[in-house]
Amino acid sequence: MDNLYRDFILEHYRNPHNHGVLDPHDLHAADSNPTCGDELSMTLRVDDGRQHITDVAFEGRGCAISQASASILTDTLVGLSLNEVRAISPQSVLDELGVPIGPARLKCALLGYKVLQGAVSGATVAWPAEAEASFG
Amino acid sequence: MTAGTPTVGIPGAFSGTERRADFPVFERTTSTGRRLVYLDAAASSPKPRVVIDAMADAYAYHYANVHRGIYELSEDATQRFEAARRKVAAFLNAPSEREIVFVRNATEAVNLVAYSWGRANLGPGDVVVTTQIEHHANIVPWQQVTRETGAELRYVALTDDGRLDLDDLDRHLAARPKLVAVAAVSNALGTINPVADIAARAHAAGALVLVDAAQAAPHMTVDVQAYGADFTVISGHKMLGPSGIGALWARRELLEAMPPFLTGGNMIIRVTLEGAEWNEVPQKFEAGTPAIVEAIGLGAAIDYLTEIGMANVREHERYLFTHAWAALGEIPTVRRLGPDDPAIHAGVISFVLDAVHPHDMATILDHHGVAVRAGHHCAQPVMARYDVPATTRASFYVYNDLDDVAALADAVREAVTLFSG
Repeated sequence: MDNLYRDFILEHYRNPHNHGVLDPHDLHAADSNPTCGDELSMTLRVDDGRQHITDVAFEGRGCAISQASASILTDTLVGLSLNEVRAISPQSVLDELGVPIGPARLKCALLGYKVLQGAVSGATVAWPAEAEASFG
Repeated sequence: MTAGTPTVGIPGAFSGTERRADFPVFERTTSTGRRLVYLDAAASSPKPRVVIDAMADAYAYHYANVHRGIYELSEDATQRFEAARRKVAAFLNAPSEREIVFVRNATEAVNLVAYSWGRANLGPGDVVVTTQIEHHANIVPWQQVTRETGAELRYVALTDDGRLDLDDLDRHLAARPKLVAVAAVSNALGTINPVADIAARAHAAGALVLVDAAQAAPHMTVDVQAYGADFTVISGHKMLGPSGIGALWARRELLEAMPPFLTGGNMIIRVTLEGAEWNEVPQKFEAGTPAIVEAIGLGAAIDYLTEIGMANVREHERYLFTHAWAALGEIPTVRRLGPDDPAIHAGVISFVLDAVHPHDMATILDHHGVAVRAGHHCAQPVMARYDVPATTRASFYVYNDLDDVAALADAVREAVTLFSG
């Protein structure tokens, strides 16, 4: 527990970065984790010419892991091209969290990733294989 | 939810601490080196050694297919399988073991009734009534069959403290439903529903009554005749038996009038290329080779529970419930769901905190060796009714004791501290 709920996870949970809704925005997606009802939505702005992320915001309700993971993920996005966003791997999101995530919590940790990929692809995307050890 | 301090019950009818020795799983410790505090019986129960041994013995020395072989070993297996059916019948106080149909679990039993009885008896304009407190297993089959037949499905509402609103039931009964499907005990809230009263009202309105006793049969006396029910369903795995075995009890004349659900071997008398004649009940509803050894294991679980006595099991859990309800109530910001009257609350406590999501709570409890369920408990309408995405649920059984209650309360308190830090 001391490993999973490190101060920086709890800090992101209590005071999430990039929190809210961008209005107007260029990209949007929302999704939920059916096992626990966690909900998350994300809005992004994209530079027309270079197709780079210029701003991002998310909001949601759910467990500390899902909300902190989304907060940490959104910190890394500004300046990335859409193709670079698509190339983000689920494992890198888990690595970025830096705490051990058990199989029952993988979907929590990857909900932000799933919403982000849905936003850049314009459609709801399937759970990545890395989340499938989770209990659906 | 109403707050309140329930009176503490009579000290336990037996020692849960001593009962733990009957369950091999409690020999293991958690990866954090803690004693396993198992508080998830409502999801599935551990198995006592007598059940595991009975199944190993059946596989090792008494196994052949049933109702087939004209040889001693098959007759031995058949006798043991049918003895298990008699044990289920006696446990539920069914008038006859011929009214016990073995199925995989309570979910399959509800589906059997929905598809067999429902397709034959429901049509446009007919009404089926279930309730907002149900497990999805007693909602979705009725949604499917009413959609398919053009019938209407209605739901009895819940009161703020987690009870069925019987005035709302009466309003729905005025529509003269053909069937009322209700849980004896709520898996999500722990509420003990007044099944006999509901059945009497439903019968007066001309409806049949299906009782989902999956959460009741493991923990208290289930008497289908006292219920006044027409159908009752149970799951073996929640009552110390193996997974893959459950039972439907139904009044014999209903079973005889119902068409088969699954068809194939064992459930027929004669098959020609033109058609088939059905076997007698209950075999008519047991297509294919049944879960032979699982049924024998369920029989052993029933023997174990019967030896303790279901009234004692209930008293033991009421004792643990009153302590746990009070202990959780003393923790600031904990909101307990369901009725605070221990007379109508089984050994199941669902709770939420604004600051700690149930998944985080369950993870923190897990690190203390405390196994609980977090989620919607396959009862999303209940979650919606009380405006929570999920709850943390602790559920008690014969192997739990006051040390387990203290471990739960201590770990919850620690989670509150961690998240408020």
